[in-house]
Amino acid sequence: MATNTYLSKMRPEDILLPTLSGVCCERGGFYIDPTRPVARALITHGHSDHARAGHGAVLATRETLDLMRIRYGDDFAGTSQPVRYGETVTLGDVAVTFHPAGHVLGSAQIAVACNGLRVIASGDYKDAADPTCEPFALVPCDVFITEATFGLPVFRHGDPAAEVAKLLHSAALFPERAHLVGAYSLGKAQRVIAMLRQAGYDAPIYLHGALESITTYYRNRGIPLGDVRPVRLTDRSKLGDSITICPPSSLTDLWARRFPDPITCFASGWMRVRARARQYGVALPLVLSDHADWKGLTATITATGASEIWVTHGQEDALVHWAVMNGLKARPLAIVGYGNEEEEAVIPGHAEGASPESITTDHGDSEGAVVIDSGQPLRGFRHDSEAGGERGK
Amino acid sequence: MNRFAELLDRLAYEHGRNNKLRLITDYFRTTPDPERGWALAALAGALTFRYAKPGMLRTLIAERTDPVLFGLSYDYVGDLSETIALMWPQPAPQASPQRGEGEESPSLSDVIETLATLGKAELPAQLARWLDALDETGRWALLKLITGALRIGVSARLAKTAAAALGGKDPHDIELLWPTLQPPYEAVFQWLEGRGEKPVTADPAPFRPPMLAQAIQETELAMLDAADYMAEWKWDGIRVQAVAGIGADGARMARLYSRTGEDISKAFPDLLDALRLPGAIDGELLIRRNERIQSFNVLQQRLNRKSVTAKLTAEFPAHLRAYDLLANGDEDLRERPFAERRLLLEAFVTLLADAHVDVSPMVAFTTWDELIAARADPAGAGPDAAAVEGVMLKRRDAPYLPGRPKGPWWKWKRDPFLIDAVLMYAQRGHGKRSSFYSDYTFGVWAPGASGDELVPVGKAYFGFTDEELLQVDRFVRRHTVNRFGPVREVMHEPGQGLVLEVAFEGLQRSTRHKSGVAMRFPRINRLRWDKPPGEADRIETLERMLDRNAIA
Repeated sequence: MATNTYLSKMRPEDILLPTLSGVCCERGGFYIDPTRPVARALITHGHSDHARAGHGAVLATRETLDLMRIRYGDDFAGTSQPVRYGETVTLGDVAVTFHPAGHVLGSAQIAVACNGLRVIASGDYKDAADPTCEPFALVPCDVFITEATFGLPVFRHGDPAAEVAKLLHSAALFPERAHLVGAYSLGKAQRVIAMLRQAGYDAPIYLHGALESITTYYRNRGIPLGDVRPVRLTDRSKLGDSITICPPSSLTDLWARRFPDPITCFASGWMRVRARARQYGVALPLVLSDHADWKGLTATITATGASEIWVTHGQEDALVHWAVMNGLKARPLAIVGYGNEEEEAVIPGHAEGASPESITTDHGDSEGAVVIDSGQPLRGFRHDSEAGGERGK
Repeated sequence: MNRFAELLDRLAYEHGRNNKLRLITDYFRTTPDPERGWALAALAGALTFRYAKPGMLRTLIAERTDPVLFGLSYDYVGDLSETIALMWPQPAPQASPQRGEGEESPSLSDVIETLATLGKAELPAQLARWLDALDETGRWALLKLITGALRIGVSARLAKTAAAALGGKDPHDIELLWPTLQPPYEAVFQWLEGRGEKPVTADPAPFRPPMLAQAIQETELAMLDAADYMAEWKWDGIRVQAVAGIGADGARMARLYSRTGEDISKAFPDLLDALRLPGAIDGELLIRRNERIQSFNVLQQRLNRKSVTAKLTAEFPAHLRAYDLLANGDEDLRERPFAERRLLLEAFVTLLADAHVDVSPMVAFTTWDELIAARADPAGAGPDAAAVEGVMLKRRDAPYLPGRPKGPWWKWKRDPFLIDAVLMYAQRGHGKRSSFYSDYTFGVWAPGASGDELVPVGKAYFGFTDEELLQVDRFVRRHTVNRFGPVREVMHEPGQGLVLEVAFEGLQRSTRHKSGVAMRFPRINRLRWDKPPGEADRIETLERMLDRNAIA
């Protein structure tokens, strides 16, 4: 146990230490969202750049554990222990509490407290409304570890309902054409469906096969999604006047061409920037994000009352600059290993004939790619389907 | 502005030419005059009001945002107008989902008519008011418009074609009329909609849209019949159109146009005097000194000067080398076959009898092998050989067609210079390549204070495929040794680094570059993953090329 003199000199790094493999808590004997297999891991949410298979013991929300099981199979970890939002678990001499992050179903911020100092690893989060998950909970803390996926002032996500209205408007305008909506398989796809229902769209919504298992899980957890049908059971060439949700990579697949004169839509925060939308060959960009925009990031940081922020991934330069200008202590964790690999794996100008496979990354589960040619561990979280696919478009 | 912004926005995402045409034609059909006319002018690049300079836009945004955040955002978005459109602080704190449709939101006509009379000093404040009144798309469109760079994948030709489609007319008819038309083109739309007569051409010295050649490779020659073609040297200067006519007042009028129709008469008064006969010559602008055509490097020295003095014209005398005759007096020759126009051209230039104008000589050949030999050794072009950049093939029977039709004209450039250089710095690109490291500074080995070191010799940002771009981008990210803002210094040691095979068209001495040389038109020819940087070329290789490239 810490002595009283030690207590007064406690530093955030004594609780959580950024390492090459993720943020590490020595006192509690765990890592948060480690990028390599470790003995004990706390997982913020189910996206595969944060939730990897092969850890000894995993502590996460029930939904996150279920989603890992769906993706990796029953043996995704040695042991697993579900934790409820607000429940505090003591590990070593630190107290760990999971709070809703508003990112996807089951997503959590992890608060780690010791001797009166509280550090929050927020994983990925958003402060916008989402009918498919618990809203972001604001938890005061001393150090806030934040993402910066959309950490530039050019990212203003706007009103999500207006983006869904844009889709419905286009569907009404071109009733003979199929609308294909690219959406990440965990979270975004289900959110788009739920928001279409909220907007009063009650026709069947069709689903690409890669989205079926997770969507079924969402439904089983009580998220109202209405009449959702696997598109594989339908003749695609007869699906004019319909909306189909698919992984972004499928938008440019042969698969998409079977639809009658399809309009390719993509629901992502990246759609705010024209070059990104064009790199995908998207005809109808929908600015719909599961990450906080610039205003969301800066407002959240301010509201936590944290005097220090650590930035894990994304546009860390800009967010760190903003924090410093606003009198906060701030550091990018990129310097200790969270790299900005986020912009890889997109080919610009697919119109020039880039292969569709290389344009996106979503297909769910690309957990294999942790090692690069030099044999060194990849710096930072490898993207996968969701966050990764979303980053850098 | 909003309808026009919406059109630009949709065009920016539309790939298909036919869909673009449909969008533009629909817009013309449903938009009243003069709004649609100004839109046509904007799409066709025919607006002449004072464009806002990027510097002014930067100042405006700098007054409203943190400079570091702006810099990072611009670096990321890769487009100044779009960055400002997205970052512009909205007067209302909550972003409205609807487009800014208040009374304040200006129409395209408002914008253009205001700009036509606005003093330079008033522009920034007016622009700021407009930006406040518009939404993101509107701001983006306005900024694109006033910076004069729409870049939405719509050519002037496409815009005119869309206008022609409004009345089922041949776009060629509009092209012929175009030089004499003034926006907002009410008379043209009346004619297109069948409510008025066809406007008549009144300009005695109009620009005619030029005919351009497709590139061809030696291997492709076999598909063509040598007997169908004539060949001439391709000169390394500036493609121009030299036009003279008699105005309504009986006075002679002469104009020199660039390939894009820009009037460049003022820069070449010495050539204008030579255009005494009414007609239109398509040719190459060159510098002829000491009885010889000079290389492009010499021409560039004249082009770079702001004011044209007697000393300059004496030192760099302009010369027109004629390729084609588009009009003889009032007679339009463009429908005639090339072989016939060529004879008329020779007669025209003989009659002109001016030392500043001559006819580009033909390259005689009967088989492709003979042409291949001639191209390989341009010494056949005589003392002017240094200014030859390849050969042109023209079908004997081809009319003069605007645009770049495939088949009648081929350009077959001489082989470029090649060197192996080492990637030293990389910078993120713009446009569709924004966020990718696509601009590469490369160097060659030179003796330094402590042994050999790499000196930068050029920068290239194209020539590679999308797949190669991904590979180099990944290489840059993984081998960064230093960052300077948007620029990354990349590992470049004899044993570790990336060798780029660089192709370029020419070299000239440069005091601006540490290496003392500057390349013309450099591009990445090949990635040499197989070659260690230590085996890349040395500066001496370039110096030898410089000697070879130089002329008396």
